Amino acid sequence: MKKLHIPVEHTKLANGLRVVASPDRSAPVVTAGVYYQIGFRLEPQGRSGFAHLFEHMMFQGSENAGKMEHIRLINSSGGVLNGTTNYDITNYFESVPSNALERVLWLEADRMRALKVDDENLRNQRDVVKEEVRVNVMNQPYGGFPWLDLPPVAFRNWPNAHNFYGDFADLDAATLSDVQNFFHTYYAPNNAVLVMIGDLDVSDAFKLAKRYFDDIPPGPPTPRADVSEPPQSEERRGGVQEKFGPLPALAIGYTLPKREMHDWYAMGILDHVLHGGRAGRVHRRLVLEEEIAVDADGSASIFDTNGPTQMVSRIFHKPEFTSEATIAAYDDVIRGVQGSPISEDELDPVKVKFRADYYSMLEGGMGSYMPRFGLMHYLACFTLFDGDPNRINTMLDGFLAVTPAEAQAAAQKYLVPNNRAILIRRPVSMEAAQ
Amino acid sequence: MRSTNTQVSSAIHSTKAPALGPERPVAWPKRTFRTLSSGMQVVLAESRTFPKMSAQLFFRSGNALVAHSTPGLAGMTATVIRTGTASRNSRQIEEDLRRMGAELGLHSGADNSAISVSGLAEFAPQLLELMADLAQNASFPEDEFERERRQRFEEIRVERTSPGFLANERFRRVLFGEHPYAIIAPSEEQVASYRREQLEGFYHQHYVPADALLIIVGDFVADAMLDQVERIFGAWNAPHATTIKFPAPPSPSGRKVHLVHLPGSVQTQIILGNIGITRRDPDWYRVVLANSIYGGAFHSRLVLNIREQKGYTYSPRSGNNALREYGYFTVQAAVRNDVVAATLTEIFYEMDRMRSVSVTVEELESARSYLTGVFSLGVATQDGVLGQLSTVYLERLAEDYLETYRARVHELTAADVLVAARRHFDSKNAEIVVVGDRNQIAEQASLFGDVTEYTAQGYQVVSSGRK
Repeated sequence: MKKLHIPVEHTKLANGLRVVASPDRSAPVVTAGVYYQIGFRLEPQGRSGFAHLFEHMMFQGSENAGKMEHIRLINSSGGVLNGTTNYDITNYFESVPSNALERVLWLEADRMRALKVDDENLRNQRDVVKEEVRVNVMNQPYGGFPWLDLPPVAFRNWPNAHNFYGDFADLDAATLSDVQNFFHTYYAPNNAVLVMIGDLDVSDAFKLAKRYFDDIPPGPPTPRADVSEPPQSEERRGGVQEKFGPLPALAIGYTLPKREMHDWYAMGILDHVLHGGRAGRVHRRLVLEEEIAVDADGSASIFDTNGPTQMVSRIFHKPEFTSEATIAAYDDVIRGVQGSPISEDELDPVKVKFRADYYSMLEGGMGSYMPRFGLMHYLACFTLFDGDPNRINTMLDGFLAVTPAEAQAAAQKYLVPNNRAILIRRPVSMEAAQ
Repeated sequence: MRSTNTQVSSAIHSTKAPALGPERPVAWPKRTFRTLSSGMQVVLAESRTFPKMSAQLFFRSGNALVAHSTPGLAGMTATVIRTGTASRNSRQIEEDLRRMGAELGLHSGADNSAISVSGLAEFAPQLLELMADLAQNASFPEDEFERERRQRFEEIRVERTSPGFLANERFRRVLFGEHPYAIIAPSEEQVASYRREQLEGFYHQHYVPADALLIIVGDFVADAMLDQVERIFGAWNAPHATTIKFPAPPSPSGRKVHLVHLPGSVQTQIILGNIGITRRDPDWYRVVLANSIYGGAFHSRLVLNIREQKGYTYSPRSGNNALREYGYFTVQAAVRNDVVAATLTEIFYEMDRMRSVSVTVEELESARSYLTGVFSLGVATQDGVLGQLSTVYLERLAEDYLETYRARVHELTAADVLVAARRHFDSKNAEIVVVGDRNQIAEQASLFGDVTEYTAQGYQVVSSGRK
């Protein structure tokens, strides 16, 4: 096995901004991003969807770059840009020819320093976000399944359990002063990390970072909402109506142990035993062998979350099988990983695949138009959540060391009814037929 | 001012975006090209970004060939190949893949069918052996075929509830008429009629080395990889595939509106456009640049207008889609129901503006830099390199296409953009498809041409009670 080593250096400016650089001179391309430690988990109650609406506002104009200027300056440099809102982070990133790195840093610094937006911008982006929600959720078969459906069933604490895209009434209620308050509370250098990857010299990159970001004043310590969940003692269930699609769908989520706990690694491996396409036990059994399901797979966002998170199986099953029959077949798969240790014959290939998936994510992660998106994403998350971007080179070790006994023990401890939630998405067409 | 700056240098920041530094040249990896005695073409490119490799084995036959006899048969053939070979059953194939840390994809588009693998470079020989096994020895097990067929029925039922699918399906039908590009997916009845022998027949006729192109990109030494390829694929021999001639698509006159009624839709999916050009057309670079200014980039007129100024939509976009015989130009947006007519007005306004007024120097320069820059981002990943190489070799473009692309784009002028828009953005003969709730959008849509209505099942509504 060829061990991968990615060069990583990091520093911290006086204002608290963490800066991470990873050079790779093989192509004249740079990917850079600023990650703020604020996601939809921490948006204010009564303002569901605000973290994401705010992300849109960050493209509407900053102190010295007006509306559309960020986009024009990056596109006309030969680059692409985007932003995403996640559970615990919001990111803004660019991939550009390497001669545009300085311009990227100027732009990111400009919008970290001051947001310059008005009511018209807010009205405009509120309309845009509503169409985003319609196209991705309300007017789409299985839209929002299960990432919007499952958390309200699985969790009890509002930060973990609300509508992350936002109720339209909440979006309508958002004001420009909410925007500025949110900016001043969370968008401070001491709550962020800047990551630069690719065709760069590390000391030059650090100098540029200092030149553009150093004079941005730090904010007060960022408030951290309590995102902890009360202990769960029962299986939780909920239902959502499916307006368009003809198949019933199930999401089964098991809450994961905290980041970095020993069992966290074992659960990462179990996720790859159960899921991961046609070789995964869930797909093999439910789709290929028993033909209960049309599709069945799942995943666990283990690297880029920093609060209550689930490993989720997603099952689209045939209408002639009941939810209960489908869950019973699924439970049999779960009993399989609890009842006997996974053989080395199965575990070794799973680890090979785990390693390959990790490399693929680091190289791309968002398609080839955004090289090294995954590397940037993980470096940022490991810096913000674990305080150490160098974990990029050691993170795999914990997963590759999981033994059959540890995986079995984790399955017995975490894959249990009182640690899970089941969401049933039931087609309207079937309800009408009854 | 300079002295003031110096004195307070720690407290000021520049108010202007810094100029770009000098560009570093883009070096595409060297290609090793070889035609094996069987006629199979092989392209290898070293890219050591990560200890991985990606390979695609293309056959130059796809669903267009069977669109008039058994629509979608090429796609079903690709699906079933994965389920067994003479020496491996379905489960073995999946477990072998996992052992190599690999992903496998089998796909058939209109023009080509492809077997794609990517995995850890340390398993390259075994991975290529699996690929060769699938390409030569697929066994089409009866029970696996029947299971995949049942799966496909369910997928078709889901597809028919997706506004994006319904819009594309109708658009391709009205645009291409009798040409096989008109059909993007089979019906349940058509899938029900497939026979196992037909899948095998397509496979034996079209998965042949004389019609094959293998591209491998990754962490390997090309010479050694070529030896492996010759060892694994060298003995494979089979006759050439036959080709057939397709009828031409119709020539439209005047705008026409096609409404797919999806009851209860809270949004309308719009797609409109016209027959366009292929990548081999001399106007290709021009039309790509024109599209980028019109609606192909985030910083484009269409996005600025209907998203950033008017807030009608989240992700409007336009594109030149190149198939082997024809291309087509599309404009798409999902908009709220009460602004369907307003959106169509702006889409055509911007299209007509591209056709009648030269773009500014600033727009021209910005778009040229955008295209050349984004083109070059592909060099940084194995999949990016593989994607570009597949374009070059599948479309049989010039050998130096990658190396000359930037210079070709930088030579283009505002006059080129005007010419391209006039020739290829056919505003006055556009086919317009809207997918949404008839009761909320039919009247708006009828402002742009005679409306023909369809159900989500694809049937034309003969008498809808409205004129």
